[in-house]
Amino acid sequence: MSKIFETPLYPYVRSADQDAAEPVRHPVIIVGAGPVGLAAAIDLALQDVPVVVLDENDKVSFGSRAICFSKRTLEIMDRLGCGGDYVDKGVLWNVGKVFFGDRKVYDFNLLPEDGHKRPAFINLQQYYCELFLVERVRALQAEGRSIEIRGNSKVSAIETEETGSRITVETPDGPYNLACDWLIACDGAGSPVRRMMGLDFIGRVFEDNFLIADVTMKADFPTERWFWFDPPFNKGQSALLHKQPDGVWRIDLQLGWDIDKDAEKKPERVIPRLKQMLGEEVEFDLEWVSIYTFQCRRMEKFRHGRVIFAGDSAHQVSPFGARGANSGFQDAENLAWKLKLVMDGKAPDSLLDTYDQERVYAADENILNSSRATDFITPKSEISRIFRDAVLDLSETESFARPLVNSGRLSVPAIYDGSPLNGPDVVSLPARTRPGSPAVDAPLDGGWLMDQLGGGFQLLGVGCEVPESLSVEGIEVRGLSLTVPGEALAARYLGEAAQAVYLLRPDQHIAARWTGFDVAGVEKALRRALGKDMNPTMSKEA
Amino acid sequence: MTKTSQTAGFARPDDFYADLLAVHEGLTKAESDALNARLILLLASRIGDADVLKDCLRRAKAAG
Repeated sequence: MSKIFETPLYPYVRSADQDAAEPVRHPVIIVGAGPVGLAAAIDLALQDVPVVVLDENDKVSFGSRAICFSKRTLEIMDRLGCGGDYVDKGVLWNVGKVFFGDRKVYDFNLLPEDGHKRPAFINLQQYYCELFLVERVRALQAEGRSIEIRGNSKVSAIETEETGSRITVETPDGPYNLACDWLIACDGAGSPVRRMMGLDFIGRVFEDNFLIADVTMKADFPTERWFWFDPPFNKGQSALLHKQPDGVWRIDLQLGWDIDKDAEKKPERVIPRLKQMLGEEVEFDLEWVSIYTFQCRRMEKFRHGRVIFAGDSAHQVSPFGARGANSGFQDAENLAWKLKLVMDGKAPDSLLDTYDQERVYAADENILNSSRATDFITPKSEISRIFRDAVLDLSETESFARPLVNSGRLSVPAIYDGSPLNGPDVVSLPARTRPGSPAVDAPLDGGWLMDQLGGGFQLLGVGCEVPESLSVEGIEVRGLSLTVPGEALAARYLGEAAQAVYLLRPDQHIAARWTGFDVAGVEKALRRALGKDMNPTMSKEA
Repeated sequence: MTKTSQTAGFARPDDFYADLLAVHEGLTKAESDALNARLILLLASRIGDADVLKDCLRRAKAAG
């Protein structure tokens, strides 16, 4: 049985900063060594930004928590250097079953599109996700990168000013002070930084409680996602069963809002429920049980001067659709390159405002999707329950009804339509690779497109040549010419066109595209992607 | 202005109305509500067109 969450991974070590006469100033401090904080730290360290991560604890997260990691997350992890760890350990699944009341109404196969290095989803306990990131931090330290995690270091006070922040850090040896130019708050839904700064966290759309249990089963159980609406063992609510590595199964039982949390968590209450769900004859051990409360809400702004919020500290969604951790990683990747360029003076400070615009847009999309799933799973009126039940009854025999069944729309990365950083588009090229979209993978001779993209500005010639290297505004743009595109690459990047040129941002989102190479056009689009010549504010309707 | 205003309506209105009542015969209010919901979803799926559906929703609300 896996108990890695009980071992200190970054135990407290006294820092030289604690003995300094004056508070030591760091370029970037990240508060929170969860998935998002660690990903942001690694991304910055890879760009040679020295970074210190503070965490009030010294271990990976307790229990499985986030368990579904999306293809985009795996691509981000590939860029950060640990995607292979995720995929090697993770569980692949494609088949799902939907139950209504006491019967199975239908099953489905995700049938992921061919021609991608990474699968649509893997299941992996959050503690493994964090463990692999911590191991990556250790590897970067061994290479001599300036990246540090300080465990048992709780930020207890923050003073913000125009040029940075001053913070107080509580440790087993007592408090000390630090200063930083930039502070990234990745300290979770209850964000102490947000609270200490007196900032809002608004839009409470929905509230519910979930009993989350990790169980190890003695016998084999299929590697499928099972979702129950209104099951006999959890009347009027929902339930989810999902496989994780190490023979651990994750069970989510919705409990409703008005419950006695302590009573519900007791094994004598939990085990009979699980027996009812899994069958009396199934033997299992209860590894971890927790009650999870969620709300759908976000901060009005994710950027507050030189304090920037990312992940759950900035936005919280319902668990349906795996849009929490996955969107947090997208926050981190959106932020890292922008912060680096602003710190280096290569981009105006206003580039960081586009972090706010793009990621607020993404958060709204995630909140909308997860709120709609929540409305389907927990109907809020008599008539909405009647329609919900009608959809489920029809889904057994009528395939048209199945797309209406909403047990969570699984996380896909936001497309930044209307972003002020977007340059020109050619609308006759495929819609899925329009400006604002994350690059779409495709097989190349002996490899994958995503592996060729790296983490800088990149020019991509599909069916044509682009220069191997360009220098614009002090930025190095690498060129990749794929003159004889394969079928998938052509379908995803050319459509009917014979050739196309794409400009990609360091976060692998497409900034602009043309049907031929024109150096002046590329220079103009790059200036815009650096925030020097921005479009008007993004519209919600785009 | 809208596509629905151009639809033909019913070829045999009395027959359809009788069928609609007949299918509800003997059902409790809850069963009828459930049947109506299934029927709306089925009919909506046959229409499919989002503009027509939105127009139907608006007209149904306005007529009450």
